[in-house]
Amino acid sequence: MASRAQHRWKDWLIERVIYLAAVVAISLIILIFLFVGREALPVLISAEVHEEVTLDNLLLAQEYGTPGARLPYVWQPVSEVPKYSLMPLFLGTLKVTLMAMLFATPLAIAAAIYTTEFAPRWLREAIKPVVELLAGIPSVVLGFFALIVLASWLQDVFRFDFRLNAINAGIALGLAVIPIIYTISEDALSAVPRSYRNAAYALGASPWQAAWGVVLPAALPGVFAGVVLGFGRAVGETMIVLMASGNAAITSWNFAESVRTLSATIAAELAEVVFGSAHYHVLFLIGTLLFAITFVLNWLGAQMVGRLRRRLTGAVR
Amino acid sequence: MKSKLEILAVLLVLLVGTSVLLAQQRNITVKGSDTMVILGQRWAEVYMQKHPSVAIQVTGGGSGTGIAALINGTTDIVEASRPMKDREIADLRAKRSKEALELPVAVDGLAVYLNEQNPVSELSLQQLKAIYTGVVRNWKEVGGRDERIVLYGRENNSGTYVYFKEHVLENADYYPTVQALPGTAAVINAVAKDPRGIGYGGIAYAKGVKAIPVKKDANSPSFEPTMENVLAARYPISRYLYWYFAGQPSGEVRAFAQWVVSKEGQQVVKDVGYYPLGENDRLASVAKLARKEEKTTAKQ
Repeated sequence: MASRAQHRWKDWLIERVIYLAAVVAISLIILIFLFVGREALPVLISAEVHEEVTLDNLLLAQEYGTPGARLPYVWQPVSEVPKYSLMPLFLGTLKVTLMAMLFATPLAIAAAIYTTEFAPRWLREAIKPVVELLAGIPSVVLGFFALIVLASWLQDVFRFDFRLNAINAGIALGLAVIPIIYTISEDALSAVPRSYRNAAYALGASPWQAAWGVVLPAALPGVFAGVVLGFGRAVGETMIVLMASGNAAITSWNFAESVRTLSATIAAELAEVVFGSAHYHVLFLIGTLLFAITFVLNWLGAQMVGRLRRRLTGAVR
Repeated sequence: MKSKLEILAVLLVLLVGTSVLLAQQRNITVKGSDTMVILGQRWAEVYMQKHPSVAIQVTGGGSGTGIAALINGTTDIVEASRPMKDREIADLRAKRSKEALELPVAVDGLAVYLNEQNPVSELSLQQLKAIYTGVVRNWKEVGGRDERIVLYGRENNSGTYVYFKEHVLENADYYPTVQALPGTAAVINAVAKDPRGIGYGGIAYAKGVKAIPVKKDANSPSFEPTMENVLAARYPISRYLYWYFAGQPSGEVRAFAQWVVSKEGQQVVKDVGYYPLGENDRLASVAKLARKEEKTTAKQ
């Protein structure tokens, strides 16, 4: 009797502790968001900041440059006339991220299909941990690799004008994204019930036809979730792009040119910026935007994983 | 009058002394230019080895940050890679009723690096400005091959970035295609690997690239970035590095400053990779420290 009461008491205590831990973790994230948001707010409302930068400067084309060579979008915060156009940074982030996804998505999904559908058991047991190990490589190491080795290879092959460019940074970033897409896709593919495959074989499908026509479509929301989460990782990743992208804020769609991303801009400039200046607040605004983008992407990814689970357990259809 | 002053000085030393007595050490704070942090730290290390009773704390943050700290009275010595502006000197006078004492302590030069395969053998300041502001984009236009110029530079928080912008670009904006790299070593590495590249940075660093001679304008002779040319002020992209004090320094701060402009302190400058002061400049700095403060006495 006494021991049972003790058990209950212990259960209650452990439950409370876990609950508290969860509350602390969540409230920390909310507090961080509030802090970052509060530091970004003056860009929208402070008259003092508006003397130097307004939303207009941040987003719309300006009359910078010389009359002969107009530069509508310039990121040049340390200048006689500070210029804070976010467009080159948005475009840079988009270019690098797209490149990373173009490189990583086919490789990761193909690897996931191979390991779940075709690889013998021992090989599967070997490949999985090795790919997941990729996630453990510190991003600074990937960045260094891209800076010293990869950039030279690419330039030798493609003769780029810029040695450090969006393609170089994108491939290095892709290496960081592959494990995310692979792991989630692999989970989704293995979660497809054996009976789906057996049904396909019974209808005369080859293993390839079963994998491509039945298993992959069934697991598609999960695979897509992996892609979305990978995209979120790529948008926020800092060290690789800081080292491998050249960090020139150019507004162009040419992937062979250098790019400067939102995250790398914060990393490079925040440490030395004058506390409370317009530049400081703009960097926090960028942080808020990055936070919002990754938050939405992660939420979307979670939604899709949930949808997959419902679909495979038969809740839908 | 003089003895009164001495009593005042003693009182001041006592006051400062008591506050640091707990640590049993006399503290000197040095703050300012990031370019000079390593230099300041080397000085502090060597000096503290000789004078174990003195603790010297060196931090960076930028010349502007250091000068602000001097105005607010939170640092003894400011390291600055540019002269103090008139407004800052006036601020110091207004807030602490002290005159800024400027002490040149070393000389620094910026070299322009090209890839070793690049046939261009010299550039003028105007050409450099045209290249870095995007007016000239092909090496052909400055006597090189028919190739695009690839620009390398530093992040905008770097003192080198600001110095190059002020002295070479005459405050014009860098062209957006300048690739911002973290540190001079990264710039050199990039230029060494890129036949079309151009970069700038400290003279002492140039290994594996060529640091080209620079001329002041199209008609003047060009000078190699060597120690002799920098010291004789012939090489056009060079500057003094300064220490600033609020008023005439005294006690340990003064002893430290005197050591820094001594031959021994100047040897450290060479070891770190900057240029020591020329003998005339050095003696002028020594004389500045020897001078009694007149302006502050008048006010007190």
